[in-house]
Amino acid sequence: MKVLLRNPRREVEVAGPISIVAMLDRLGYHRDQVLVIRGDTLIPGDAMLRDEDQVEVRPVISGGAL
Amino acid sequence: MKCRVCRGPAIIDVRRHNANFCREHFLRLCRDQVAKAIADFDMIRPGERVLVAVSGGKDSLALWDLLLDLGYEADGLVIGLGIGEYSDESTSYAVAYAEAKGVALQRIDLRDDYGFDVPTAAHASRRVPCSACGLTKRHLFDQAARDGGYDVVVTGHNLDDEAAVLFGNVLRWQNDYLARQLPVLPAGDGFPRKAKPLVRLAERETAAYCVLQGLDYVVEECPMAAGNRHLGYKEALDGVERSSPGTKHAFYFGFLDRAAELFASGVAEGEGKADLGRCERCGSPSATEICTFCRLVEQAAGAEPVALRPRR
Ligand code: SF4
Ligand SMILES: [Zn+2]
Ligand SMILES: [Zn+2]
Repeated sequence: MKVLLRNPRREVEVAGPISIVAMLDRLGYHRDQVLVIRGDTLIPGDAMLRDEDQVEVRPVISGGAL
Repeated sequence: MKCRVCRGPAIIDVRRHNANFCREHFLRLCRDQVAKAIADFDMIRPGERVLVAVSGGKDSLALWDLLLDLGYEADGLVIGLGIGEYSDESTSYAVAYAEAKGVALQRIDLRDDYGFDVPTAAHASRRVPCSACGLTKRHLFDQAARDGGYDVVVTGHNLDDEAAVLFGNVLRWQNDYLARQLPVLPAGDGFPRKAKPLVRLAERETAAYCVLQGLDYVVEECPMAAGNRHLGYKEALDGVERSSPGTKHAFYFGFLDRAAELFASGVAEGEGKADLGRCERCGSPSATEICTFCRLVEQAAGAEPVALRPRR
């Protein structure tokens, strides 16, 4: 399964089937820090991803001292 | 995972509300939270004209979209900060949104209009970039509101931002900042009212809002932000929030309910309200003959432009 990561933009392979929580764990993210996006929607934490899925893991923190 | 409202399949969990939501009910949650913040703090009154400080990031675009959705007359202003590619990309998202929605977006470019950019100004004035950037943005938004006859300037500060700023102010007991850390600041002395309608939304929620509404925003971080204190405070609070969801909300709204007034009343009558004169150069309200912004422009004017390191 292809996973798009951001900041900087890069792609990694993660073997499926795998749960969102397990995938984030493997990539070193906590689920509160990111959104998992597929197409134009979000995937909830309890979902399973299949090997043919393409998802983006997008961090949500922004650090500007506004 | 089921939606708390309709029991349909959920697409997002919001741990601080201990609830999951489907698309429709998540979007409604966002609108309701913004409407509640506006009403609770009397941020915008019916018929008022709103100027949105747009950056091209998730918060300001979500804010603009939510205000338009709630029926407010809201125009945008975006400032090209001259922070390399990051600024160009940010501005392009703001422009794309305005075009798609057919709403008015005013543009200022620091290089073209004022002859400097944030990295150069920071270097020349020996300020940290966020300080030079922040004072520039505040000045230009205030001025644009005065010139354009707007009643209120709104910014995209979310709950995570406000909790982090509060945390920093408390750690250092910055009484004067604590006295003014409010979701709305009244107009006065030539300054427009300032409001933060996103204070009831966390940044994960504003990001989710953008994804679900199909709003493209700049995901990359400002290269000047790395390692700033604000980010450190955010990370520290994130650690607490993770083990105890809802802590940020309790911290920030507890402050507003129970402590903000104590700090505000601690500022002696009239203090900070000394009749402001006008800046000799730009006419903005200012305690000094030349305002901080005009001084920054002057300092940056002769300076060699600072080159940004190319992005990774
Ligand atoms: S992170 Fe700092 S320099 Fe970058 S846009 Fe925000 S305030 Fe400006
Ligand atoms: Zn629902
Ligand atoms: Zn001035």
